[in-house]
Amino acid sequence: MAAPKKAAASTPQDKPDGGSPPEFTREQELKAFRDMLLIRRFEEKAGQLYGMGAIGGFCHLYIGQEAVVVGMQMALKQGDQVITGYRDHGHMLATGMDANGVMAELTGRRGGYSKGKGGSMHMFSKEKHFYGGHGIVGAQVSLGTGLAFANHYRGNDNVSVTYFGDGAANQGQVYESFNMAELWKLPVIFVIENNRYAMGTSVSRASAQQDFSKRGASFNIPGQQVDGMDVRAVKAAGDEAAAWCRAGKGPFILEMQTYRYRGHSMSDPAKYRTREEVEKVRHDQDPIEQVRNRLLAAKVSEQDLKAIDAEVRDIVNASADFAQHDPEPDAAELWTDIYR
Amino acid sequence: MPIQVLMPALSPTMEKGNLAKWLKKEGETIKSGDVIAEIETDKATMEVEATDEGTLGKILIPEGTADVAVNTPIATILADGESAGDLAKAPAPAQQQKAAESAPPAAAKAEAPQPKAAPAPQAVPEPDPEVPEGTEMVTQTIREALRDAMAEEMRRDPDVFVMGEEVAEYQGAYKVTQGLLQEFGARRVIDTPITEHGFAGVGVGAAMTGLKPIVEFMTFNFAMQAIDQIINSAAKTLYMSGGQMGCSIVFRGPNGAAARVAAQHSQDYSAWYSNVPGLKVVAPFSAADYKGLLKAAIRDPNPVIFLENEVLYGHTGQVPKLDDFVIPIGKARIVRSGSHVSIISWSNGMTYALKAADELAKEGIEAEVIDLRTLRPMDTETIINSVKKTGRAVTVEEGWAQSGVGAEIAARIMENAFDYLDAPVTRVSGKDVPMPYAANLEKLALPSAAEVVEAAKAVCYR
Repeated sequence: MAAPKKAAASTPQDKPDGGSPPEFTREQELKAFRDMLLIRRFEEKAGQLYGMGAIGGFCHLYIGQEAVVVGMQMALKQGDQVITGYRDHGHMLATGMDANGVMAELTGRRGGYSKGKGGSMHMFSKEKHFYGGHGIVGAQVSLGTGLAFANHYRGNDNVSVTYFGDGAANQGQVYESFNMAELWKLPVIFVIENNRYAMGTSVSRASAQQDFSKRGASFNIPGQQVDGMDVRAVKAAGDEAAAWCRAGKGPFILEMQTYRYRGHSMSDPAKYRTREEVEKVRHDQDPIEQVRNRLLAAKVSEQDLKAIDAEVRDIVNASADFAQHDPEPDAAELWTDIYR
Repeated sequence: MPIQVLMPALSPTMEKGNLAKWLKKEGETIKSGDVIAEIETDKATMEVEATDEGTLGKILIPEGTADVAVNTPIATILADGESAGDLAKAPAPAQQQKAAESAPPAAAKAEAPQPKAAPAPQAVPEPDPEVPEGTEMVTQTIREALRDAMAEEMRRDPDVFVMGEEVAEYQGAYKVTQGLLQEFGARRVIDTPITEHGFAGVGVGAAMTGLKPIVEFMTFNFAMQAIDQIINSAAKTLYMSGGQMGCSIVFRGPNGAAARVAAQHSQDYSAWYSNVPGLKVVAPFSAADYKGLLKAAIRDPNPVIFLENEVLYGHTGQVPKLDDFVIPIGKARIVRSGSHVSIISWSNGMTYALKAADELAKEGIEAEVIDLRTLRPMDTETIINSVKKTGRAVTVEEGWAQSGVGAEIAARIMENAFDYLDAPVTRVSGKDVPMPYAANLEKLALPSAAEVVEAAKAVCYR
């Protein structure tokens, strides 16, 4: 199996719009650094727990893609909804969901967000406006369009941020949803996280149109390619898209050019790409390193960054501890939550 | 020879209609394509176009005549050189002769067939426990009962809206949503593109935020495109979220066989949906039940599959005139009591069950007929109590027997009343074939009252 033929538009190496995105303030840089680091450390820990057998089933890690959710979240306001597919731990942490509850769900314990009944791919938080967590590739796109429909129906100015991958982008219901979203001018940002592989199939082997920002062209939905490894570029694009939606102009597509370092799931031997390819992205473009380097250049001390790392590690370690000691759900839970 | 113009069939299931208006007078010249008359059904007014040229010789059916059977001669057209004196020579109507054709409605996808003008359901001897004694009743078609149920719930709750193909401007492919657009506007009565998978997902997403969508499928055959969203997203979310997030939504539309629309448009999904925990499945028969149960379905905080039947839409029944007539989901109804055999059915299966009960009564067999009304949760108690009394049971469904609802009922009877049975539970069902098109084959594929009679006699050892 050969590596993808060429970098093309779908590699994160390109800077789609050329030039640097608007600078962050120091506070924004620190927040982005901290939030991305939390996801990174959480996912590393989840990978460890999976290896120990504490997490079962499928477990899809978000490592490498952290700038996408963190940057987008910085563009949102209270009440905006978030929905995604099965690679969802990062999205949950970014919306402010509690690490203990997420980790305990991964281990199938009663303190998990779904009382242990949902697992890695199925978690929700009404409070944080996180609508899942969906295991069927592409289903969240119609659902997310429905969240936007609800905003439109209620006449508020909230936006639905509907995430899906380059693989899901080929599903039929995505285009049914694009059509309705534009037809009814629904406030939805379709965020296509192009991490270059749908499980083991590279974009070039699966997609006739590899520029995902053009996938809405026949519905007149504007789209933009974004360097999804640069949190500032993500936030700037998110701001623009959100403003478009809030102004009642309908949906907007953002193709986030990103990369996942780990396999599709924990059981993926990743034979479809070379170790060198992964190493190169990790070395040249790591989203967290980018921010760290900028912070150091702006005279934030190594010591301060270490303190943030320590705080994040404490949260993650505590969540792992909680998730392994929290009891399993009571047997009676088998029969609850089927009907209201 | 003068040509006879026959009363046209405007849809596959139409058997009669009203001759509303003549647009040409006797003696007027007619060209092919001229609109000569208007015909009315309970759903729509349609124009009759001439397919022959000549002079309108005689109007045989005056305007304003109701219930004119299809193929009845309604006028004669005289060819050039013929005079009124030739009228007597007009041939008797032949089955193949089609002197007039209707202008088809604009429905692009499925022309809504008219309901069979079958006799209204039998007057039921058992009083409805849901209706207080002395309640005034109104005669309504099932179509109207459904429309009223939706309108009442939309007036009551601003979060209720209806979406689907042709529900708004076209007034419903089967005219079930007639008038809703006019009353509630385009914000709450929403025409969708023909994208069942997509709009089912949009409905579920909206429901997750607390809105209460009524999603109409033009028929449940098309809902197969959407079944992933119905089951994976609507039915399972409450459980997968540990009770945090549910989905109050109604998926409704005609289910099962209509008439002469063949395999892809004639499937009964009762068993499919009733298999799924997290869904409620309702499939009523009487007009009152259609209304009361649809209102309950809209109020229910869970996803409800509301299976209607196209053949029944035009049937009339007595609907209680109450401000808020709601029938609880999950309760069967004994519509005819008897002591010899229990006949258990729902939806249009009740047509065969009730007809069979009449036949059986003539032979001294008193059948107890149970209308399940709800398939999930199933009212096992009512079934079991009946079987304990009769010792015999026959199930009747239009769907296929394998893994069908009848099979489920039989299993429950065996589990709960085995010692009371005097004969094996017997199923009458649709035949194990895709629905054929030919009229004779279609009839054979569906269950019949005769088959129910035969099954009931068999379990009674008669």
